[in-house]
Amino acid sequence: MIYLRLFYEFFKAGLFAVGGGLATVPFLQNIGASTGWFSAADLANMIAVSESTPGPMGVNMATYVGFTVGGVPGAVVATLGLICPSIIVIVIVASVLDRFRGNKYVEYVFYGLRPASTGLIAAACWGVVVISLLHITGVSGMQVTLEVSWAMWLVAAAVYLFTHWEGTKKLHPVLWIALSALAGIVFQL
Amino acid sequence: MNLYLDLFLTFAKVGACTFGGGYAMLPILQREVVEKKGWATDEELTDYYAIGQCTPGVIAVNTATFIGHKLKGIPGGILTTLGVVFPSIVIITVIAAFLQSFADNPLVIHAFNGIRACVCVLIFNAVLKLRKSTVIDLPTMVIFIAVFLLSALLGLSPAVLVLVCGVIGLALKLMAEKRGGGVK
Repeated sequence: MIYLRLFYEFFKAGLFAVGGGLATVPFLQNIGASTGWFSAADLANMIAVSESTPGPMGVNMATYVGFTVGGVPGAVVATLGLICPSIIVIVIVASVLDRFRGNKYVEYVFYGLRPASTGLIAAACWGVVVISLLHITGVSGMQVTLEVSWAMWLVAAAVYLFTHWEGTKKLHPVLWIALSALAGIVFQL
Repeated sequence: MNLYLDLFLTFAKVGACTFGGGYAMLPILQREVVEKKGWATDEELTDYYAIGQCTPGVIAVNTATFIGHKLKGIPGGILTTLGVVFPSIVIITVIAAFLQSFADNPLVIHAFNGIRACVCVLIFNAVLKLRKSTVIDLPTMVIFIAVFLLSALLGLSPAVLVLVCGVIGLALKLMAEKRGGGVK
């Protein structure tokens, strides 16, 4: 029963992949290798599509693999498999937290967790900057070759200005995403 | 509008506006869930991200489940999660079925490069906003900078960093308490 197997494989990925969507990649490689449903080249293509379409990457990849293996029902089953462990684990964690809300010691732990979480988000931001704005092309010894795309910086600077300027800062972020996509096409980024 | 329907639709919108990983979802969540709906605060979002880092599953899904659960219990958690994955299922299925060379299309590549430049700034803005409520004194400033450097430059595991900082937070506050009344 292929749907059952799909659900099971993605349930496992959802249960054991800790961290962002990219953490599911090794699990997907494993699924491809052990079932023969798709090759490593197929997977590379799926990752590329998942990165360049809306939606969380891990979910996109599950949907893509599921569709490749079992059509639309496969896509739904794989995605449900991936999110089931999250729902179960988070509902348990949230219920426990609710019970201890206002507890002094839990508050103390969060006092340390919050800046750490913000630091991690800043690090993720740095990761995106390195990939898209600094574009490191080669590292040899102490020499790091950068290929800085000025047009990309220009787009980033424009978005920064618009999102901080009083007149336009209240506009929805997706507007800037859409305009940047347009700028990417016009300036051949 | 029915709150259940509102939860599903709002998170479907969040899913459709997210390009990249769970972090790219943060600026959209701040706009839709914190500012527009008032369903969560900036601090709660950082809490959910911290917990999402060290629990299994995709961070975006974990965060959605958290907010849904907070508002409407288990059915709420399920609905927000289904909402956030719904656009993915539709869009990816269409691409997989009809657009075999989607990711190689030059238009898609150019558009996505533009989006990436934009998403950098949006996440940066999100960090600036979160910093106001999470980096509140010298110890939290030190934790913020240390975690940033350890994660960005050394690539240390986020889950480990989160757990260690939770313990540090507890220890710092307990020490302050012992010294007598130093607790804020």
